[in-house]
Amino acid sequence: MAKVKAARVKGKKFTFDDLELILLSLPTVIWYLIFSFLPLFGLLIAFKQWRVSGGFFETFFSSEWISFTNFEFLFATSTAMESLRNTILYNVLFVILGVVIPVTLAIMISNLYSQKLGKVCQTAMFLPHFMSWVVASYFLFAFLSGDKGLVNNMIEAMGGTAINWYGEEAVGWWPFIIVLMNIWKTTGYGMVVYLASITGIDATYYEAAVIDGATKWQQVTRITIPLLKQIMVIMAIMAVGKIFNTDIGLFQQVPKSTSQLYPVTQTLDVYIYNALRTMNNIGMSSAAAFFQSVAGCITILIANLIVSKIDEESAFF
Amino acid sequence: MAKEKKVKEKKVLEGLAKFNRVSMPVNILFSVIFIIAALCCVIPLIFVIIISFTDKTSIAAIGYSFVPQKWSFAAYEMLWDSKESILRAFGISIFATVVGTVLGLFLNASIGYVLSRRSFKFRKLYTWIVFIPMIFNGGMVSTYLVYTQLLGLRDNILVLILPLAVSSFNVIILRTFFTTTVPDSLIESGKIDGASQLRIFFQIVLPISLPALATIGLFLCFGYWNDWWNAFMYINDAKLYPLQYVLINIEKSMDFFTQNAAFIGYEAYELQQRLPQDGMRMALVVVIVLPIACAYPFFQKYFVSGLTIGAVKG
Repeated sequence: MAKVKAARVKGKKFTFDDLELILLSLPTVIWYLIFSFLPLFGLLIAFKQWRVSGGFFETFFSSEWISFTNFEFLFATSTAMESLRNTILYNVLFVILGVVIPVTLAIMISNLYSQKLGKVCQTAMFLPHFMSWVVASYFLFAFLSGDKGLVNNMIEAMGGTAINWYGEEAVGWWPFIIVLMNIWKTTGYGMVVYLASITGIDATYYEAAVIDGATKWQQVTRITIPLLKQIMVIMAIMAVGKIFNTDIGLFQQVPKSTSQLYPVTQTLDVYIYNALRTMNNIGMSSAAAFFQSVAGCITILIANLIVSKIDEESAFF
Repeated sequence: MAKEKKVKEKKVLEGLAKFNRVSMPVNILFSVIFIIAALCCVIPLIFVIIISFTDKTSIAAIGYSFVPQKWSFAAYEMLWDSKESILRAFGISIFATVVGTVLGLFLNASIGYVLSRRSFKFRKLYTWIVFIPMIFNGGMVSTYLVYTQLLGLRDNILVLILPLAVSSFNVIILRTFFTTTVPDSLIESGKIDGASQLRIFFQIVLPISLPALATIGLFLCFGYWNDWWNAFMYINDAKLYPLQYVLINIEKSMDFFTQNAAFIGYEAYELQQRLPQDGMRMALVVVIVLPIACAYPFFQKYFVSGLTIGAVKG
């Protein structure tokens, strides 16, 4: 014990052990420097007039500082503002549904009589988690394809007119489709996390509650949910921290990059991608990306601060 | 006597559990809900498999259907005819997955181990190095510029491997595992026996950490197999397409197949008629998905254990 304490004292001597540990971790540290911290440094591109001349650093240092000009252009663009609105609205919905649905289902599944049925259903519901959005977009296409899709076939069989799902007339439907697809893909994962916590709850709590005459509903609201609170809060904080980020697979691959659907499917990530790769507009896209990174960082810090003020135990860090 | 008492106690407990259940109608309702939810998750895959085996004429007549008029293997034969490009893409995907998983395991585990050593002098600094990327990242544009202009990763197979190798989430899972399950005394005894830290890591720590390594290995493996983004952003060379990107590009690739098949002996026009385009698309989906769909139920428990350790605070 004394030894551990001594080791924690500041200004400890540099030992051979430390050298070996540094050597062991050197490849990963280099990875972090190149793949995480260099791009962080690159965020400053947003304040530059990017003119390619030679390599990355040459370009960086020869490009002119233009302070917030890129941002002025960005915030004057209506599509950028529209994509910001979409990003936030979808994410607020995802944060709420991403906690409520998996918790509800996890509690329900833990109350099934047949454990076997529960296990099988849980395994099946975990499947979409292992599919990429590209694959999922083809799953959806099988149902929504304009001329061959199952949904249009059914509509026509019932005497309706087919809908061009990947066109302008379906704009009103896509928010529902996007939300449904997100639930479809993420619910199984959330259930696994919450179910693991539920099975970890000491059974004696429930026994005591039964003896005191608590109903099943009371047990859920007074025992299960309070005990799940911490993990729920952590999952929610992590989700809130990504409120400016969206899964580009869901918003670009699933609607098959249909530009007529952009009013409801273009989020910040899709906007940045289009500005970068289609319009090749480094200034605009880097400003949007800078905004996304910084705003996301601030959001997660604030969310964590609020939570730690209310309940120290539940805070993420 | 004692045994009898135990049995009795168990019976009482079982009785209690029986008594403390939801009512039968509620159970039936829940069961129905879960059966429907499970079907929603599995049916799209089954549907796509059926479409991939549906004959072109059936698709033309009644569209995609769960009960096609005519079955056929034409889509898979077509895939096999263009095996040169498909097998190549398959090879690229496998290569990225295998190399990436091995490399990722080493990179994540080594820093995870170093972070778990309380005596390490730069532990605080390392914690920051791992933690900052979790809440603050460079974003798409600067990452793109760094990869293409500084690191020369465009049209380089390394872009399918390196960016996904390390994730702070995995590092923290491994760190937690090493701190909680590898006792300090074990490492001390290794040191007393004269082993270096490197040797301790490779010969003592890694072998007893196989469950955690299996979990992270699976995370990495599925991550690499499902990755399309890096190919989408950085790969233009058709020789380096992984399967997922072939699927994105399939409309364009169709021309490629047509040329390929024409080379094998069909006339171009005849081919247009024969080509089971819809079926082929779906057949490719099946080729990508089926290995995962068959494998994951067996590995599920590792995922669950990883997610549970991962829920520990940062």
